Amino acid sequence: MPKKQWEIRILKPLVVLLALLPVGLLVWRGLAGELSANPIKDITEETGIWTLRFIVLTLTITPLRKISGWAPLVRFRRMIGLYAFFYGSLHFVTYIYLDQYFAFDEILRDVIKRPFITVGFAAFVMMIPLALTSRNIVAKWMGGKKWRLLHRLVYFTALGGVIHYLWLVKADTQRPLMYGGVLALLLGYRLWDYFRLRRVTEKPIPQAKANPV
Amino acid sequence: MIRKQTDEVHPSEITPENVYLNRRTFIRIASAAGIGLASSVVFPQILYGQDRWQQGKKGPYDVGDEVSKFKDITTYNNFYEFGVDKSDPSENSGSFRPRPWTVRIEGEVKKPTTYNLEDILKPAKIEDRIYRHRCVEGWSMVIPWRGFPLADLIRRVEPTSRAKYVAFETVYRPEEMPGQKRPVLEWPYVEGLRLDEARHPLTLFAVGLYGKDLLNQNGAPLRLVVPWKYGFKSIKSIVKIRFVEKEPPTTWNLLAPNEYGFYSNVNPDVDHPRWSQKSERRIGDFLKRKTLMFNGYGDQVGGMYAGMDLKKYF
Repeated sequence: MPKKQWEIRILKPLVVLLALLPVGLLVWRGLAGELSANPIKDITEETGIWTLRFIVLTLTITPLRKISGWAPLVRFRRMIGLYAFFYGSLHFVTYIYLDQYFAFDEILRDVIKRPFITVGFAAFVMMIPLALTSRNIVAKWMGGKKWRLLHRLVYFTALGGVIHYLWLVKADTQRPLMYGGVLALLLGYRLWDYFRLRRVTEKPIPQAKANPV
Repeated sequence: MIRKQTDEVHPSEITPENVYLNRRTFIRIASAAGIGLASSVVFPQILYGQDRWQQGKKGPYDVGDEVSKFKDITTYNNFYEFGVDKSDPSENSGSFRPRPWTVRIEGEVKKPTTYNLEDILKPAKIEDRIYRHRCVEGWSMVIPWRGFPLADLIRRVEPTSRAKYVAFETVYRPEEMPGQKRPVLEWPYVEGLRLDEARHPLTLFAVGLYGKDLLNQNGAPLRLVVPWKYGFKSIKSIVKIRFVEKEPPTTWNLLAPNEYGFYSNVNPDVDHPRWSQKSERRIGDFLKRKTLMFNGYGDQVGGMYAGMDLKKYF
């Protein structure tokens, strides 16, 4: 195995701690009685917003790496993506258990009838194959091309997450639109990058200039 | 001095049974108190249970449900004038001045007047009433309001025969109400009732809760309470009352007409397009409970809607 770079060795535990901070804080607030009068709603909203934040964060890694040229950054992409899945799972379990208390008929009706729940549910389900195939060994087994194709699902998860948020607010769309804006920027960068690279590769390879006569 | 050695225990040395039992009780109480104190330091929410409203004798309009905690009623609010988060009203309403206060009464009335709040309250018979409060978002509370029937005020201002509806308006003070600085809703907030709804004995003009004056976050100094309708109908911090012939515009209906109707009676059979209204979570409960038709006030108010298609007039 290649020797890990020192930055990774120091930064990884730090990122783990930071990524667990939101859930730690939530538990602390719960125990200290600092949640609102409707703690189940607080937990739902808190785990939900952190899912979206981690999805957006994992999507910033690649553009950031390309712009900064700091290659080790990509080592954090999977980890942050898995934290998105972690918070997404907490959000999902909160809904199934704390909010609906396993009333599966109600849950099914919600998923079918309520567009914001339908799209949120779909966004979560799309994260599952990504989490399952996150290990290097699986990626190798699948082959890089297929693996990369599968992991493009994250764009749809992100889109679903923003729409889920947008469709659930009653009046004030400022916050969901902010996330939508950041997402548009991140996906826009990829589009721009894709066409830029294609242009570069399509350019004919410059021929050696003919000797001047 | 020679003492007779004996194994016998003198009766006076024996701890009397009642003292012995008392000691047990004392230990039990003391340790319970200790645990209570210690756990209330770690989990301060245990203490919140102690501020419950004690209603004297149950009045004809009081519901028997357990009253919500004062802290919950005063920190978990929808009052977009102070911000869109539930904690915003209690956190951002510090600079709001509920006095002096005037209320303009106009439209189809014999004598349109601007009243000082004191003049409205002087002849009013103020009473405490425990009502259910159901938010359109699917949560509910039980609130001991203090106020007077709106019907009394309507009688005093003498609406004309052309008056069919009553329109209400919230104060517009962006300097004191930071939420009004952004056009999240159309300001000022407006609401309305049909005249018979406004005159119904359950319809209250509240000036307090928990036996105290209304706090700013709860709609000080004067708000409407219509317990069989979703909470947003109960408009807060009222400065204008207008008697009109036609159904007046209402704020949430203007924002999303397919989601919030003019009537907005609590109705478990008519879902909000984005969520079910079948059940609700009573604040403080873990499990949801079934939502009742007209929020449980069907016997009193059902007659006003006889023959109306409540799916159409939601």
